[in-house]
Amino acid sequence: MISSDISTVLPEIVLAVFAMGALIFAVYTRKDALAPTVLWATAAAFVGVAVWIGAAGGDANVAFGGAFIDDAFSRYAKVIILLSAAAILLMSQDYMTKRGLMHFEYPVLITLAVIGMMMMVSAGDLMALYVGLELQSLSLYVVASLRRDSVKSTEAGLKYFVLGALSSGLLLYGASLTYGFAGTTVFSGIISTIEHGHMSIGLLFGLVFIVTGLAFKVSAVPFHMWTPDVYEGSPTPVTAFFATAPKVAAMGLFARVLHDAFGAGTADWTQIIALLSVASMFWGAIAAIGQKDIKRLMAYSSIAHMGFALMGLAAGTEYGVQAMLVYMAIYVTMNIGTFAFILSLEKDGQPVSDIAALHQYAKAEPKRALAMLILLFSLAGVPPFIGFFGKLYVLNAAVSADMTWLAIAGVIASVIGAFYYLRLVYFMYFGEEGDALDKPSAPILWVFLMGSAAVVVLGAFNLFGIEALAVQAAEALVR
Amino acid sequence: MDILLSIVTFIPLVAASILAVFLRGNEKSDQNNAKWVALLATTATFLMSLFILSGFDPENTGFQFVEERDWIMGLSYRMGVDGISVLFVMLTTFLMPLVILSCWKIETRVKEYMIALLVLETLMIGVFCALDLVLFYLFFEAGLIPMFLIIGIWGGQNRIYAAFKFFLYTFIGSVLMLVAMVTMYLDAGTSCIGGCDISLLSHQFGSETMSLMGYQIVGGLQSLLWLAFFASFAVKMPMWPVHTWLPDAHVQAPTAGSVILAAVLLKMGGYGFLRFSLPMFPVASDLFAPLVFWMSAIAIIYTSLVALVQTDMKKLIAYSSVAHMGYVTMGIFAANQQGIDGAIFQMISHGFISGALFLCVGVIYDRMHTREIDAYGGLVNRMPAYALVFMFFTMANVGLPGTSGFIGEFLVLMGVFQVNTWVAMFATTGVILSAAYALWLYRRVVMGDLVKEALASITEMNAREKAIFAPLIIMTLLLGVYPVLVTDLIGPSVEALIHNYQAALPMMETVAEAASH
Repeated sequence: MISSDISTVLPEIVLAVFAMGALIFAVYTRKDALAPTVLWATAAAFVGVAVWIGAAGGDANVAFGGAFIDDAFSRYAKVIILLSAAAILLMSQDYMTKRGLMHFEYPVLITLAVIGMMMMVSAGDLMALYVGLELQSLSLYVVASLRRDSVKSTEAGLKYFVLGALSSGLLLYGASLTYGFAGTTVFSGIISTIEHGHMSIGLLFGLVFIVTGLAFKVSAVPFHMWTPDVYEGSPTPVTAFFATAPKVAAMGLFARVLHDAFGAGTADWTQIIALLSVASMFWGAIAAIGQKDIKRLMAYSSIAHMGFALMGLAAGTEYGVQAMLVYMAIYVTMNIGTFAFILSLEKDGQPVSDIAALHQYAKAEPKRALAMLILLFSLAGVPPFIGFFGKLYVLNAAVSADMTWLAIAGVIASVIGAFYYLRLVYFMYFGEEGDALDKPSAPILWVFLMGSAAVVVLGAFNLFGIEALAVQAAEALVR
Repeated sequence: MDILLSIVTFIPLVAASILAVFLRGNEKSDQNNAKWVALLATTATFLMSLFILSGFDPENTGFQFVEERDWIMGLSYRMGVDGISVLFVMLTTFLMPLVILSCWKIETRVKEYMIALLVLETLMIGVFCALDLVLFYLFFEAGLIPMFLIIGIWGGQNRIYAAFKFFLYTFIGSVLMLVAMVTMYLDAGTSCIGGCDISLLSHQFGSETMSLMGYQIVGGLQSLLWLAFFASFAVKMPMWPVHTWLPDAHVQAPTAGSVILAAVLLKMGGYGFLRFSLPMFPVASDLFAPLVFWMSAIAIIYTSLVALVQTDMKKLIAYSSVAHMGYVTMGIFAANQQGIDGAIFQMISHGFISGALFLCVGVIYDRMHTREIDAYGGLVNRMPAYALVFMFFTMANVGLPGTSGFIGEFLVLMGVFQVNTWVAMFATTGVILSAAYALWLYRRVVMGDLVKEALASITEMNAREKAIFAPLIIMTLLLGVYPVLVTDLIGPSVEALIHNYQAALPMMETVAEAASH
């Protein structure tokens, strides 16, 4: 019994041991001088574990009395989380070293956050859910304020912490209500309670509070207020990290809770999710128009994208989950490339995040500008890039669940959103000549930018087979 | 499996990738290389497309050269042409080498310009060949990207406003179509447009009156889908009152951009009506036909009057395009042989004529760098050959018998007259108005004495420019005196379209009955 439990959570355990080992090793040896080594080792560990999990396959394993579920769904989410975290780590080296932020704690904290995320997508119990969520959040609060001597960075960390704690409180309150009315914290227990009786008012309140807490984590409107400030204040690699892996984990957890714990009461939550989705899509699109800072702009862009991913969940069907999973994979791919581009923007050795600095970027760097152009049109959902297929997927899910109004709202929001992506294109290609930016130096950023643009174009052929994996994952989740 | 269509579609894209990857540097010789690669690629595309034409069997009303491969999400990569679409493919491949030639003088970012034009050609051909809903949408929508860049980078002074307006206007039209496409896909269970076992063309979409949020929707699902498609195609066409993006885009776009826009991109709207609205939603089409008629009639008269007062040559021709497209929409929804034949004929002929007119403006714009009508006058004294060419296309634009412009307008008016006499009468005044603005433009620009000092040294067209106009003149004359070339090709397909349309209409009576209760 216990040995099979252990073998189910072995990837997490290995990563946790690795994190402690790296921490102790670096502390007792040469501290920050070792940071690049630790960073590369961590990225390698992430990729290794991702391959391990991805290759494992097989049936669903449940460990610790249902608290931890290892199925196709969690494996799909974990592979995306691990790979994107590894990519972001590699992308951050150049930036962090130049700004003197290359502390060995950085990769260790990221590792701990990733373990938390893996826990989140595997959670089969409200306790496990909370433990995973907090492990992730606490690590992220620290990395947000990694630049200790910057007011903005510490402000970002503090804001994130206070609002994050508030959302955790709401979530915990919801969890306690759910526990009180269902008599159990295990998801399978909650769902059978709902199946046998009706959805009691207490459970409904529990559901609403849990959804609220999770909406904070995916930064869905109206619980998005922390996002622009935290994105702007954090060091750019950390922002890139916020925009990718934690979003996948939170979406995965969202789907897990809604379908595994409350799957019998679909009608009770689809309307809530649909409303979150519409609000996020519109507000993400409208608020981004006035932004002058590219990191704030990406914050609103990610809010709008979360709205689209929630559209998949709002359908409340297996196909909807599948659409959400495909959408998240596409979203992460596009964001890695976009942030590789943002990280390469420098002037006199200082990072630049003002949009106006992009004036006539295409003249100086035609290849990078072209890659970014492709990514921007993909983010806007213009075919033939994969961003369009992500949108098509969730629209399909919404219409097939008789939510055509949601689909119509979504496409209108995407037109509004197209404006600010076009504005970036305008600066890069049509703008007046300004002072040129520095010649980008880090080759690794070039690799990720070009790689991501290539994926965005070539993905139109068959989405690199991710579809079949998403089908399996959705099947495993929605029974 | 026939891959001819894919070859024709993707030759320009391959050439564009070659340019993007292998051509480095920005020397004069590199620029020339880019132009030659583009010219060769578009010519090769045209020559390959001749194989399609020669292998095409007009008597067969189904889709030919069909090619199918599995794709993602249960969609498929399906290409094929019928009598209607093959003409548009030919129009595109025929015009593109001329377009490339017309921008031989361009000097800024030549390589990128050629890449944008080549990518655009692939997407345009793709639109007319696609036999899968999403594939169609993909080509239809992706064309916005190169056109956005063409207007925005190489355009005139107010190019940024025009580029944004163009993109957002057409984007919002077509996203509604996307939702409608998803609905159709779920309703019919297939995304195949035609030629499969179950296809959208053979599927009957519900037309029973349904209630939506307390409103009774006559024509039911068909009406809603029709409106969503109409939103997209009416903007693309463009129809009054959503035509306002076109004058801006035309005026600001470089000559090549204007030519493509007028000659091919606008035709996508008309093609869409013929491929989707009419055959797939016959009940709704019949229901909304009067609306389209009156919108077209207003477009013809109103935009002709607006064209009269323009001071910018390109804007004038742009408004005249809107008026001519009014005949097209009118003819399509007349839904009889003359009407649809005429609409298609008008689209092809307008492709040659308006393209040529924009090229005419381009010729003098290259020399004087202004499009103001007042800046010209008396050009005939220095440019007799130009005066002749401009004269010819002005007359064709007016619809002088003997040119292709006449056949299209005449057929359309004949078709509409049988369905709605009043609308046909109003539309006929457009013929007179078009003579007024076109001839007046010609008089102000070309005739009279050469008094403006700046024009004293203007030079006659060179051999390259003459070479561009020659094929256009030949085609306009040929179709004007021997229209059977086109009507024989489209005839059977149009006949089949009308046959199916009429067969679907008896349901209309029940709908009308339900509505009257």
